[in-house]
Amino acid sequence: MPVELSWDWGYAVSCLPALLRGLGVTLQAMLAGYALALGLGLVWALLRRAAPAPVARATVGFIELVRSTPLLVQLYALYFLLPEVGVSPSALTVGILGLGLHYSAYLSEVYRAGLDAVPREQWEAARALSLGAPRTYRSVVLPQAVPPMIPVMGNYLVSLLKDTPLLSAITVVEMLHRAKIQGSESFRYVEPVTLVGVAFLVISLAAGGVIRRAEARWSSVEGHPR
Amino acid sequence: MTRPAGIPMIEFDGVTKRFGETVIFEGFDFRVNREEKLALIGPSGSGKTTVLRILMTLEPIQDGVVRLDGEPLLHEEKNGVLVPAGKAHLTRMRQRVGMVFQQFNLFPHMTVLRNLTEAPIHVQGMGKEEAREEAMRLLDMVGLAGRAKARPHELSGGQQQRVAIARALAMHPKVMLFDEPTSALDPELVGEVLGVIDVLRQERDLTMLLVTHEIWFAERFADRICFFDKGRIIEEGTPEELLHHPREKRTREFLRAIMDHT
Repeated sequence: MPVELSWDWGYAVSCLPALLRGLGVTLQAMLAGYALALGLGLVWALLRRAAPAPVARATVGFIELVRSTPLLVQLYALYFLLPEVGVSPSALTVGILGLGLHYSAYLSEVYRAGLDAVPREQWEAARALSLGAPRTYRSVVLPQAVPPMIPVMGNYLVSLLKDTPLLSAITVVEMLHRAKIQGSESFRYVEPVTLVGVAFLVISLAAGGVIRRAEARWSSVEGHPR
Repeated sequence: MTRPAGIPMIEFDGVTKRFGETVIFEGFDFRVNREEKLALIGPSGSGKTTVLRILMTLEPIQDGVVRLDGEPLLHEEKNGVLVPAGKAHLTRMRQRVGMVFQQFNLFPHMTVLRNLTEAPIHVQGMGKEEAREEAMRLLDMVGLAGRAKARPHELSGGQQQRVAIARALAMHPKVMLFDEPTSALDPELVGEVLGVIDVLRQERDLTMLLVTHEIWFAERFADRICFFDKGRIIEEGTPEELLHHPREKRTREFLRAIMDHT
């Protein structure tokens, strides 16, 4: 027997206000989580390179731990353990922290590859000019290391976006969770879930566009004038 | 800070340098006088580039002391004993030395001008406008004032190397090190770089060390030439002595091989 899917425009439109609230939560989680991941990823990469051996080893251990366990487990761990140590942030904050930490481990590897790709001679030239390590990273190394990383970093942004529905496990009402609530109230899931799928698609494509523009803008560093 | 003229600008005292098991120098002694123009020649792997890299603090040493302008370069005195130098000491000492690399090593993402102003502004705390003016003066000296806004990749190798010389000079070093500055250049671009070095030689009261395979230029440039082989100075003297009346057999062999080649 063929399954018939019906689409009710009126119902779809009535779902929109609730879904837009969920969209707001999803975007917050994505942007804040990614910003955190970008910052922490760089910190891990620099600690690995420049910190005293025990700290560098601990950092590697942390990265391995994060990459070898599911994000969902990490989210539960943060959600249930943080109150135990006396911190009780909102579920969304915990979610952002979880996404940020998880993706920072992956991004630190991207940074690492990018930093390794800057020729040793650039470091030597900086040292010959007496530039200190922080200034060398800021003025010489990172501006050369980051542009080639941008496409890979963009992939992780989209990947992080697609992981945001996991936050519903720790009670964050993001877009997909909102759609499920909507569906359970009216027993019609097709419209809200489809709309959420379309929203994910649109955000992914938009993120891809931003990444490509960033790439084009930064490619001057690779040797082509702006 | 000026010191008595009697103190050499550069002193290596019993310096030992190893890369893993490979010994580059053992108990190496070496002196360069104030404002002296010195050429270092010799086969590859003889240690002449390593001398420059040690002076630029790009290489640690395993034993001995290097002094620059009478002060230990890689060590500092703590409670009367020499200990490996800390960052502050190295940063202070490094500013007395400028280095020009074989591969130029300009910062590819910066304009020519910013290549010259970055260190004066951020290391020496020079004002932006002052740094820019000084950079333009130096670019003018190397004949590239018109390319201040260009990126390094838009310049020829010879032009890049001239920018690299100006960049090193922007820190006002007392010692300039040239590590085979023309080896990576097409033959027709060698002259413009050596021309700039020649001008520096005449106009600047700089101590200059040049590692080169351009023997004809070493002859014109140097007050003294040192012939290096296997981590030792086999022979040294004025260009006339060393190039035209070499005493050592090894020196004669090397010079003959080089002359045959060119």
